[in-house]
Amino acid sequence: MSDVVEKTLTALPSLLLSVDSQPGSAKLSTSSKLGSLIRNITELTSKHEEEKLIQRELSSIKDQVSSPNTTMRQMKELMVRAIYCEMLGYDSSFTYIHAIKLAQQGSVLEKRVGYLAVSLFLNEHHELLLLLVNTVLKDLQSTNLIEVCMALTVVSQIFPKDMIPAILPLVEEKLNHPKEIIRRKAVLALYKFHLIAPNQVQHIHNKFRKALCDKDPGVMGASLHIYLHLIQENPEGYKDLTTSFVTILKQVVGGKLPMDFNYHSVPAPWIQIQLLQILSLLGKNDPGTSEIMHEILEESLRRAEMNHNITYAILYECVKCIYTIHPKSDLLEKAAKCIGNFVLSSKINLKYLGLKALTYVVQQDPKLALQHQMTIIECLEHPDLIIKRETLEILFRITNAQNVTVIVEKMLTFLSTSEDDHTTIDLVGKVAELAKKYAPDNEWFIQTMNAVFSLGGETMQPDITNSFLKLLSEGFDSVEEDRKLKVFAVNSYVSLLEGEPEKLPQRFLQVISWVLGEFSHLQQDVGAETVVCLLDKLLHMKNSTSETKTWVLMAMTKVCEGAACAPLVQSVCETYSSSLDTVLRQRAQELQHLSRDPALRARVLPPVCTREPLEVDSSLSFLDEFVSEALAAGAAPYKPSHQRQEELAQTKAVSYEPYQLTLPISTTAHTHTPSLLSISSSLSEGSADLSHKGGSSSLKLEGVKRVWGRGGYEAAQVETPSPPQEGGDPSISHTPPLTSEDTESKQQEQQLASSMFLGLDHSSVTLMGKGDSTPSWLKRKERGQTPLNDAQTFTDPQELTDPSPLHVVSPQFPQSPVIANGTSDTEAALALACLDTNRSSTNQLEDRGLSLYLPAELSGLICSEISVLCSSESLELSACHVHKLRSLEMIVFISNSSDNAVQQIQVQLHSEQLEVSCASESQMEEVKGHSVVVRQYSLRVRKPSVHVELIGTLFHPETPQNVQFTYRLPLSSFIRPLTLSTEEYGTMWLSFSNDTKQNLTLVHSENEGPLRATLNVLTEDLHLHVVEIIGMEAIVACRLLQDQPCLMHCRVHGDALAVWLRSPVPELPDCLIYHCQRALQGH
Amino acid sequence: MFRWSHLVIYICVQMQFMLLFSRQGKLRLQKWYVPLCDKEKKKITRELLQTVLARKPKMCSFLEWRDLKVVYKRYASLYFCCAIENQDNELITLEIIHRYVELLDKYFGSVCELDIIFNFEKAYFILDEFLLGGEAQETSKKNVLKAIEQADLLQEIVLETVSQIY
Repeated sequence: MSDVVEKTLTALPSLLLSVDSQPGSAKLSTSSKLGSLIRNITELTSKHEEEKLIQRELSSIKDQVSSPNTTMRQMKELMVRAIYCEMLGYDSSFTYIHAIKLAQQGSVLEKRVGYLAVSLFLNEHHELLLLLVNTVLKDLQSTNLIEVCMALTVVSQIFPKDMIPAILPLVEEKLNHPKEIIRRKAVLALYKFHLIAPNQVQHIHNKFRKALCDKDPGVMGASLHIYLHLIQENPEGYKDLTTSFVTILKQVVGGKLPMDFNYHSVPAPWIQIQLLQILSLLGKNDPGTSEIMHEILEESLRRAEMNHNITYAILYECVKCIYTIHPKSDLLEKAAKCIGNFVLSSKINLKYLGLKALTYVVQQDPKLALQHQMTIIECLEHPDLIIKRETLEILFRITNAQNVTVIVEKMLTFLSTSEDDHTTIDLVGKVAELAKKYAPDNEWFIQTMNAVFSLGGETMQPDITNSFLKLLSEGFDSVEEDRKLKVFAVNSYVSLLEGEPEKLPQRFLQVISWVLGEFSHLQQDVGAETVVCLLDKLLHMKNSTSETKTWVLMAMTKVCEGAACAPLVQSVCETYSSSLDTVLRQRAQELQHLSRDPALRARVLPPVCTREPLEVDSSLSFLDEFVSEALAAGAAPYKPSHQRQEELAQTKAVSYEPYQLTLPISTTAHTHTPSLLSISSSLSEGSADLSHKGGSSSLKLEGVKRVWGRGGYEAAQVETPSPPQEGGDPSISHTPPLTSEDTESKQQEQQLASSMFLGLDHSSVTLMGKGDSTPSWLKRKERGQTPLNDAQTFTDPQELTDPSPLHVVSPQFPQSPVIANGTSDTEAALALACLDTNRSSTNQLEDRGLSLYLPAELSGLICSEISVLCSSESLELSACHVHKLRSLEMIVFISNSSDNAVQQIQVQLHSEQLEVSCASESQMEEVKGHSVVVRQYSLRVRKPSVHVELIGTLFHPETPQNVQFTYRLPLSSFIRPLTLSTEEYGTMWLSFSNDTKQNLTLVHSENEGPLRATLNVLTEDLHLHVVEIIGMEAIVACRLLQDQPCLMHCRVHGDALAVWLRSPVPELPDCLIYHCQRALQGH
Repeated sequence: MFRWSHLVIYICVQMQFMLLFSRQGKLRLQKWYVPLCDKEKKKITRELLQTVLARKPKMCSFLEWRDLKVVYKRYASLYFCCAIENQDNELITLEIIHRYVELLDKYFGSVCELDIIFNFEKAYFILDEFLLGGEAQETSKKNVLKAIEQADLLQEIVLETVSQIY
């Protein structure tokens, strides 16, 4: 009895609080424990006291939560206090488990606090979250609507990814719930699932369409989140919905929605904005779709007239949409006017948005920047940094060769005052980009880069230094210009080192060391000993890191020459040969040896201009033999680490239902496998000079030309020589914008404007394509191109990459293939496609006329080279394979070179990986003297592997021993295109469970985009079928002969093509990726 | 170097987090829509509080912070502060804040900082009903409040039965 009384008493205060705090009455809840805690805290004066108080509070909470006598009601009160302590920054992780318990066991209102605590305390990856799954499952099935709501709310915030399948059916079911609040929350829960595990909700996409048509605007609005995301990923897939979205927007704008959705008498602004975002994605680069939305966009612009923030928000989105979709001139005009209103507004928020819109559109419509040039100049001096920053962003986009000096100066001024690392990194990168593209002369370029390095410090993106050094080392077309640039750089660095090198960032010192090491010999006025002295100074600086010292020692090794340097070099060597840092010790040793032996030094470190570019076989093809041997010996095929982990995760994952098909969980993050890219890019010129550079350096000099790499393309992209800019007086752009104090500020601004917006009014061409107006000084030598061409003439790339080069056998008519009757069109097309690429190799054929013996129905098809398998006495066995659509035919030629006929010859083929069937029935053959007998075998793949091997035996009655031979052919010979629609592809993709992801190098071509070019190479070499290309993504399908499909999803990701392969056959994706690599390597 | 994009794996969450804090720099409410560890959360809160409190009244309501855009607005002694991604619409975020304040105002009846301090769990409930997982869930003011009141009503019914028992 006393127990009950006590419980009532403890519960009383919180009861009072709850009763009191009804809507509309804010009570300070003097009696509650939370209230007293808060009041106590506010009375405290020092942080220390607060800490003590909270620790006391937490320990009392800890005692109570773990006591078995605590009721759920008390637990709820404790939980609220724990949330409060956590918010103040104190750790109350011991309550997490109790929060879950409260959600599980409490009554409805306690549960509410329990769920809230869970959503506040835990994040997606917290292990305790697994304990919540059962509770959610139970509540989703509850008949109490509020419980269902709470469960859906928590699910939309946090839920363990692996557990989604457990509750997915229940959530799906809720899409049909009579209550709109439940439907709406279910849609949002599915949106969350789509974000964290898109694969698992792919099958319910059609249900989203139902949600879009829901009679409740709230549910419809919620489904827009999903559509926005889906369309962002794949705009092509949802074009059919354009009219629906337009109709919805029309209804919203026309005020057809219930009044509740109005916000300051604007109808449903959030829904409007989302629809506008969706429309802009759909209409991008698509005149037809854009056409549908022109009318409603105009209507939106007209309707949004009221002077309120919310209408401006809609207008801004409208303008963005108009400039994103296929342009229509009168709409653009209206949008431009709208931007003008923003920019000229006295409200700072609107001004900012106007500038942001201007940044967005200025590349399409540079005249707009001209119109607002005076505002832009004003904003450049605005006291609010964010306005200044956005203005610089506009300027960055309108930079050309004529205004570059003024704009870069403005950017550097801003940089020197900026304290935010993120801004610094971003702007420094932009300045470096502009300097590279538009530098008017050497002097300016070097000085600007000096500023970049000084301001950028250690946080700068490493590729800035890399590309700078690459540019310097590769030089220019004109020898004289080239020398001037280098000499200027050397002079500038010498004077910097003579000044105060302590103030320079380490990365800059490393650049300086490298440049001095490579090029200081070009400057006759500066002797080697001066340079060594200056470098030595860097070694003695306190803040020099050992990495910098390594660079310095390397530079010294290159420079030290003559007796004058010897004593200094000697002392440096002595100091560092006993250094604790092994890399430094190594460098010191090298310095010591090489400085004594000039002949050796000249051989080890030739001057950069005479150095041969390195050839890097980035696919490691020289290991192929080793790999295939290992595979043949039974080794497991290599799996990239991510796949291993995924497989591991799959075996660990809990299965919810017996015999359920588990789909692999996809991660949105891109997993980079240790692939070709990383190898090739980490090879640097620095490591080429001194092979033991070790891992100490973070500066990578990309001086190495890969033989089959993108070198040629890069050169072509950056170095397009173009005539010098027309128009504009260069003298204006060089005058400092602000000359004297006493001139009127207006005049100054005018002058600044005239120099800043130079070249904008001529034509949009100067602006549109950045890089197409490269000044003449940037004509760089195209080094690395020549060796590439040489290599191509000597070795046919096809032969390099493919052990059995394909060629078309058409003995009678070498130039035009004869397509025999009976071969399907596809086969003919296949053959034709290969004809062009392989014609050259046809001439090199030395098949001794054997191809004449090819069965007639196989002529005109793709055929491999005929190779000798074995010979015994007078008999010789040769073979080749011919690609048929449904099979791969292996043709074995048995030729008898003696005068006598040989009888009872038997050839047997078998293979673990292949299924072999023979066309002719008889096992024995008789080969007459000086004749050839042809046997034809059909091959099918039983077990895919990179290369498949046939082991054959030749039984020959006249010799006691049978002759064994092997025939190896690449899996790519079995690959055939698989024609299917995108929908079919989608369902197939979901049903396949074996996958591989890898990044491939992109092929660059002048006529097409990199994705197209790469796909062309792949389809040509591997006979893949491109199902669809959507923006930067493509889906491709193929199969092994008639069965065993493999699907491929490609996405351009930076410099690489991220490929994801799926197939029902475990080995197939890995094998195919190998052949893709090989195919791309050949280009 | 810290980069936000390294931490946030899930793209396309409109709002990254929302913070409510007083002029004195005391945190009143925090809601994170992206998974972050506690240490990171504390660091972000500390840095952001300092930055926002240092802003002058006539300045822009938006600021660039790391690679995010922060939108803030002051209501009496309380700052409401949201982080969104750079390409998002800042003005509509400002209106989201305003709508949230309207909801609080309607629920508490001319809301003041003390209401939020002492009934912060209620403020969270309202926020969850309005914004779910970083996206505007329900934009009708009436519907949000209806949902909250229904749950509250249930609470009262239970309380009544409890008081009848004792």
